[in-house]
Amino acid sequence: MKKIVFLLAIAFAAIGCSNDDDGNNIPVTAAVSFNFTQNWGVTEITPSNYTSGVYENAAGNYVSIDRLRYLISRVELHKADGTTVSFDGYQLIDLADAGSLSFNPSESVATGDYTGISFVYGFNEEDNVNGAYPDLNAADWNWPTMLGGGYHFMQMDGNFDDSNGTSQPYNFHNGTARVSEGVFEQNFISFDFDQNFTISGDVTIEIAMDISEWYKNPLTWDLNDRSVNLMMNYLAQKDMQRNGATVFSIGAITQ
Amino acid sequence: MKLFRVFFGILAMSLFIACSSSDPDPADPNEDYIPTPKPLTVPPIFDRLLPPPIVPADNPQTVEGVALGRKLFFDPILSGDGTQACASCHQPANSFTDTDRFSIGIDGLEGTRNSMPIFNTAWNTKNKFFWDGRASSLEAQALEPVTNPIEMHNTWQNAVSSLQSDAEYPELFNKAFGTGNITKELTAKAIAQFERTLISANSPFDKYLLGEGSLTPQELNGFQIFMDESRGDCFHCHGNENSPLWTDNIFHNNGLDAIITDKGLGNVTGDPNHDGLFKSPSLRNLAYTAPYMHDGRFATLDEVINHYSEGLVYSRTIDPLMKAVSRGGVHLTESDKADLKAFLLSLSDPSFISNPDFQDPN
Repeated sequence: MKKIVFLLAIAFAAIGCSNDDDGNNIPVTAAVSFNFTQNWGVTEITPSNYTSGVYENAAGNYVSIDRLRYLISRVELHKADGTTVSFDGYQLIDLADAGSLSFNPSESVATGDYTGISFVYGFNEEDNVNGAYPDLNAADWNWPTMLGGGYHFMQMDGNFDDSNGTSQPYNFHNGTARVSEGVFEQNFISFDFDQNFTISGDVTIEIAMDISEWYKNPLTWDLNDRSVNLMMNYLAQKDMQRNGATVFSIGAITQ
Repeated sequence: MKLFRVFFGILAMSLFIACSSSDPDPADPNEDYIPTPKPLTVPPIFDRLLPPPIVPADNPQTVEGVALGRKLFFDPILSGDGTQACASCHQPANSFTDTDRFSIGIDGLEGTRNSMPIFNTAWNTKNKFFWDGRASSLEAQALEPVTNPIEMHNTWQNAVSSLQSDAEYPELFNKAFGTGNITKELTAKAIAQFERTLISANSPFDKYLLGEGSLTPQELNGFQIFMDESRGDCFHCHGNENSPLWTDNIFHNNGLDAIITDKGLGNVTGDPNHDGLFKSPSLRNLAYTAPYMHDGRFATLDEVINHYSEGLVYSRTIDPLMKAVSRGGVHLTESDKADLKAFLLSLSDPSFISNPDFQDPN
């Protein structure tokens, strides 16, 4: 008897819902997801091929990638009416985990015209709180307290052929910059892209990282000079931030 | 459109009502029986810093399930000749590993990998078990040693038959799962429930983090070496004060051999880039878990530290985090080595190995 009552309730609820969109073919809200892609110039880099390629950077180093993880937070869409949709949460992208390449906020967005997309690479100062995020702690994503704490923004590890042609490791890790003992400087990058688009249904927005940009613009980064022990190197950290400014772009918007 | 939805709603309702009248299968678990829930006790340091423990929806922790799993874990009934239990190679006094480089199975055969310690498995966020990650759940892991020919060398058919004909087990399974029809899946579920209760987070370093204890200057300096990218640089694979599992739960080639003879993860994935990669073990309870490494090659913690300091060997898949491999390692001073060792030992938890709830109940 309880089941019958329960099912009647469900049936009535379902019938009631059918009135919601009568006479209106365009939904009022839509789901949005962000798809993170990576490339080295024109070469696409995916979870299935990232460990098998060798790429030449601007300094002429031949580089392989064993590990690439990076953090994106504070993703926002800017509407044509001047308002902003802010999405809770953050995304740790890990090329070893294909599922991590998509950020699916729980919030839906209003359909209509939009003029921009913004996000933060890493965490800004307010968010970059030591030990505050259990999932990132479990992922061992923390940045040492002695270097300012908080979290890594990026971890790119691999090998390159040095000037003698010998394979050498590199650890291109980015996070808070340590100026001197106990003095730290935030190192995140805010991206704000002007982009006119209309959301008329569920939408996927591509955020693309050109990995080669980390090594070439504006500073040509020669791994022979700086390859490991970069986390405590203030200049290296700030140079990463400078080069990072051209790393991301907005790719396809599909719906 | 509305009519269609009304029709669909009534149709769906009818189907549900029809389904509700089907007779229960006598072989199915008794749905009316509900064992006593026993949620895991989350230690304060985990509660503060880590996600909730991972417990599969189809295998909730219960008083009866844990008790059954504990009995099974320590009972040699699962082995082919009734001489070896899980606990034979996973002893409480050794943080649920043993002291052998390679454990010996019921036929006197030696394994090829060091027995892994068992604790904090409910926080294995990657859900990859064994040194090579070949099991994707604790339940799946628990199935394998019973049939492994160099371990318990039994068949599950035989093991289940032994359990089914035992005087106690059918009733214990009935209490745990609402059925006396024993299966290998239910057996593995019970063992996994017990294993998830094996939680260790009460070391001197935990107490220090909680403000309930202090560390020596040597231990504190050892922690600084551990966290220093240019010295120990242990934290990239083995956690930190905010990641108190002391493992990243992923796989690395840590520069043990120039020629890879055990492919590790590579055997599981088939990817040659994974050859020689093994799971980072937690650094908790090192005081009880010697020998070390996936093949138990290092008898002491000093040998482990010397490996990273001077003994790294290049191979094609070596992790780039072994960045000093061209020099053999990071070349710690003897003083730094001693301090690092002192810190590492501060992660050992005496209350874990002596916990009465984790001892042999049989």
